Amino acid sequence: MSRIGVFVCHCGLNIAKTIRVSELAQFASTLPDVVVAKDYKFMCSTPGQEMIASDIKEHKLDRIIVAACSPLMHEQTFRKVIENAGLNKYLVTIVNIREQVSWVTHDVEEGTSKAKALLNGAVYRARLLAPLTSRFIDVSPDVMVIGGGIAGIQAALELANTGKKVYLVEKNSTIGGHMAQFDKTFPTLDCSACILTPKMDAVLQHKNITMMTYCEVTEVKGYVGNFDITVKQKARYVDHDKCNACLACTEKCPGKGVSEWDEGLVKRKAIYIPFPQAVPQKPVIDRDACTFFIKGKCRLCEKVCEQKAIDFEQQDTFSTVKVGAVIVATGYDLMNTKPLVQYGYGKYPGVYSALEVERLFNSAGPTSGKVTLRDGKEPQAIAILHCIGSRDKNNYEHCSRVCCMYSLKFAHLFKEKTSADVYQFYIDMRAPGKGYEEFYNRIIEEDVKFIRGKGARVAESADEPGRMIVEAEDTITGKFIKLPVDMVVLSPAMIPRSDSKDIARLFNLSTDKYGFFMERHPKLAPLSTMSEGIFIAGVCQSPKDIPDTVAQANGAAAEALTIVVKDKMELEATTAMVNPASCCACQNCIRVCPYGAPFFNEQKGVSEINEALCKGCGLCASVCPASAIIARHFTNDQVLAEIEGLMEF
Amino acid sequence: MEFEPKILGIACNWCTYTGADLAGTTRLQYPQNLRVVRVMCSSRINPSFIFRAFQLGADGVLVGGCHPGDCHYNTGNLYARRRLAVTRKILEFAGIEPGRFRVEWISASEGNKFAEVVTEFTEQVKTLGPQTKFKIEQQPSLEKI
Repeated sequence: MSRIGVFVCHCGLNIAKTIRVSELAQFASTLPDVVVAKDYKFMCSTPGQEMIASDIKEHKLDRIIVAACSPLMHEQTFRKVIENAGLNKYLVTIVNIREQVSWVTHDVEEGTSKAKALLNGAVYRARLLAPLTSRFIDVSPDVMVIGGGIAGIQAALELANTGKKVYLVEKNSTIGGHMAQFDKTFPTLDCSACILTPKMDAVLQHKNITMMTYCEVTEVKGYVGNFDITVKQKARYVDHDKCNACLACTEKCPGKGVSEWDEGLVKRKAIYIPFPQAVPQKPVIDRDACTFFIKGKCRLCEKVCEQKAIDFEQQDTFSTVKVGAVIVATGYDLMNTKPLVQYGYGKYPGVYSALEVERLFNSAGPTSGKVTLRDGKEPQAIAILHCIGSRDKNNYEHCSRVCCMYSLKFAHLFKEKTSADVYQFYIDMRAPGKGYEEFYNRIIEEDVKFIRGKGARVAESADEPGRMIVEAEDTITGKFIKLPVDMVVLSPAMIPRSDSKDIARLFNLSTDKYGFFMERHPKLAPLSTMSEGIFIAGVCQSPKDIPDTVAQANGAAAEALTIVVKDKMELEATTAMVNPASCCACQNCIRVCPYGAPFFNEQKGVSEINEALCKGCGLCASVCPASAIIARHFTNDQVLAEIEGLMEF
Repeated sequence: MEFEPKILGIACNWCTYTGADLAGTTRLQYPQNLRVVRVMCSSRINPSFIFRAFQLGADGVLVGGCHPGDCHYNTGNLYARRRLAVTRKILEFAGIEPGRFRVEWISASEGNKFAEVVTEFTEQVKTLGPQTKFKIEQQPSLEKI
């Protein structure tokens, strides 16, 4: 006989408006073994928690059922409550009557009767629950940060400053990310490089940071507190230990590759550093552009290198790093706008993508900061088209959040650097950030023309060769506009990195429909993921501006620290165990387990499970033909009892 | 009175259960005939759970897991997929209409899909009427467990 206490939460009106909570509590009190049943406005609040704790003592309760929000929300909260009250924390059962009942129906009758069925199931299950003992494991004190953009840099620095060792993995040959490509940042118009490059340098100098540029993660093993991550160092063909960064090689190189950093607007050498302020300041060879790799002869760089650092024989190397937590900050790509043929990107030379324009403004860019078209002329009229591919049900439904603001910034810089007329074609102007609305107002004053209507089409001008016509409907006047311009700037949707799917797979992250990494909870755990010990920061989670990215990076650093600051950490006790008396030694469990937790004990002739490796999925329990494996907390009996309870009503 | 079926849902913690939560957070409305049991992974599902549910009078059983390839435990749902395919055959052999058993891969971000599947499945089970083939009228009392 167990003594069950049932606590029904109103969650304000969230639950109480579609479930008759007092009736539910009354119903609970009639169920077997239920000693006390109560309802209360907010069970998770301090008075609610105290009520549970004092009832445990007063009524000598040994099982607690909380009918409230999803267990993914507050299971841990209530586990703590009963643990503090002296019960084993695995003896609490959460009945999800909010997310899966009251929020998905308006009908009070339906809601109440479903809640009763769920509660009944929980009572049946609770009677069979067993206390479990938590496991403690050693925690590896280091952290890996993936992505060397502003998010990764910030997170790495924060962690390194607390004394933790950080591995910063970046797939390019320099850190800096997109922010290094910008000229100015909105709304303050401060120089992007001036605020970013000192941080890049700080990363380079920091004794606690191991920078792993030109590297990619290829394998992830282990679990929270003890990840073994294999990192591939892509062949640079330059020995960075020998290279003294004189860059003589980059001057002599005859090879021509596409400059990713300048968004393909210009060529770069085959042996190159992406930009003058790159960190590290050491070149790599682009195999696809290198004359030696293509034609088999050249080796000019080798001849000029006094340090003998060039090594055409270099191969990819792999190393394994042990870390306790991981921060994923892989950032974004801009959508490829070529398939949106109506905008003529790639067809008309006057159509630019936003990042290309950033490069045009940048004094270190292909035009040394002068705004000129591809033919070298200064534009006379410029149209900036917002929401290209985003806020668009045919492509990406999400708002990319920063385009309105950078488009305003572009307008300001165009006004500053040219005498062109500047037109903004927007759907809605979104300026929700500190100083953003003020910036918008400032740009309005700068003689920028705002047309409230999405750019519909960019066509060739019939009258003036070389110019283009932007077509749109001005939704304020209701008129169709045909505006002749000689430069069009597209603000494409921000989307996850093209290889973010690989990262998601490696780290077992969920993604939303566009591939952005899913947070554990949209409000209360925006930086955690469903994979314990893996945190996310920056645009890889969803589009956001630099201040939000930096804030998230700091947050993710703090989250990672909560894991690696401890020597030991507690793991879920919900592992599998083998009942040796029933084991038939078929070793099915050993074959199916993805973690290698079961092993065969030759002496006893039975399978056993290494609980340190078990993650508690329960797969082995289901493949065991002898039912010898017990998946703790989800035993056959417990699940079957719950099903019986659910089907009774 | 219209027939209201009883439907058992078995959902994995990481994808479908979270997707169901998302349906709630987004306030999507769907029929209340479904009662969900949470397991850590769809691979935990023992076919006996499903048979038992039908014995206990379930009119339909809906199983949800992560999309193949996206399993939180790497490969669990692949095993589940095979096992549930066999389970379906056994159910059919035993005379249960195929429309009463459904397996869906619903990710944590697919609250919409969850609501759609539940709505559609509930309608389907409704048209099939009460399930009597497997149901044991004399249910064992609790004390026997």
